[in-house]
Amino acid sequence: MRSDLLEEILRLSADHLLLVVNAMVVAIAIGVPLGIFLTRRPKARPWLLGFANIMQTIPSLALLGFLIPIPFIGGIGKRTAIVALVLYALLPILRNTFVGILGVEAAVCESAVAMGMTDSQLLRQVQLPLAAPTIMAGIRVATVTTIGTATIAAIIGGGGLGVFIFRGVASLDTVQILAGAVPAALIALAADGGLGWVERKLSPV
Amino acid sequence: MALVEFRGVSYEIAGKPILLDLSLRIEAGETLVLLGRSGSGKTTALKMINGMLFPTRGQVLVDGKPTTEWDPIRLRRRMGYVIQEVGLFPHFTVRDNIGLVPKLEGWTPADIDNRVDLLLEKVGMPPTDFRTRYPRQLSGGQRQRVGVARALAADPPVLLFDEPFGALDPVTRLELQQQFLALQRDFKKTSIFVTHDVREAMHLGSNIALLDRGRLDFVAPPLEFRNAVSQEARAFLACLEN
Repeated sequence: MRSDLLEEILRLSADHLLLVVNAMVVAIAIGVPLGIFLTRRPKARPWLLGFANIMQTIPSLALLGFLIPIPFIGGIGKRTAIVALVLYALLPILRNTFVGILGVEAAVCESAVAMGMTDSQLLRQVQLPLAAPTIMAGIRVATVTTIGTATIAAIIGGGGLGVFIFRGVASLDTVQILAGAVPAALIALAADGGLGWVERKLSPV
Repeated sequence: MALVEFRGVSYEIAGKPILLDLSLRIEAGETLVLLGRSGSGKTTALKMINGMLFPTRGQVLVDGKPTTEWDPIRLRRRMGYVIQEVGLFPHFTVRDNIGLVPKLEGWTPADIDNRVDLLLEKVGMPPTDFRTRYPRQLSGGQRQRVGVARALAADPPVLLFDEPFGALDPVTRLELQQQFLALQRDFKKTSIFVTHDVREAMHLGSNIALLDRGRLDFVAPPLEFRNAVSQEARAFLACLEN
């Protein structure tokens, strides 16, 4: 293999990872608190879950198209790509946080309240530790999906391994397509394995 | 002054009455059993004592103050709570489960350790064997013993029991009932005990309050209860005869 191709693979893989890490940090920072909020505010559930569901159904190319003309978050480049990735990653994180907390055994929560725990003590000492593996499973699913989806960032100049794939498709060059697809698949496998390990470690019992 | 008093308490959910005009006094040191069929409103009444539910009409007074005027956190920490499903925290050791309320109340770890060991001894579980175990490593009966120890942890004046022994096998149930009576002699708490088992009511109660479809049928000590003439009381007493 030519050394300049290898060098480009490494550079774009790093670029790709940067996109994914940025998007995941933002998606977790929004999704987990929002999921917690939903467990406390039943009336907001249909609205927020509906929004997150709709985001998932919009085809990725169309979503980028919608975002480009929007001021501040839109335009060409990485920022728009990250916004799109966050919108996709939100649903699994939001839903698993919400389902994980509501899935904590009712008798355990009832005891906690009856013993005089405040809502924040209930959340921090009981619900979040017991829901942690479920929340982590949501983060893992979202991360693996995001690693795949991030390849479309290249279409709006966001970089990443998609650069190879779009170049390869345009020039019918299989080597280029594989240079993008194989590292993306490897990163996804590594992330799945690593986060799966974290998920098992978080299991409280 | 009664420690806990129901004054004309009614409770309804979406127009459906659960409790109707309940008035009841619970004096310090007694064990009041709330006896009734499923759906008679006994659990609802219990949950009004520690402010998990509030009356639609009337008042529940604890130490002479309506529950609506108590800080719910302070109110609940004055009361131990034991339920059939136990509700131990699966991610806490036995020591941390029992020591929870003391910890919330800011006790030192050494004081918590001493209290946990004392209570484990009292409920017949050697502390060195059980302190560091997790709930999943205990039998059903052991879990409920820990549940009782947890309720006693911060030495609350009032204990609330919601069919605590209902899910246990008959032998274990009897052991835990005996232990309940022994603890009652040692600690002299005021207990409110919900059950549908008339034997258990006669065995454990100093007073029995019979609830029939949300109404108080009558209140009497176990010996007088035997002579009760109401239809619902006779229905329960018939269970003793077989």
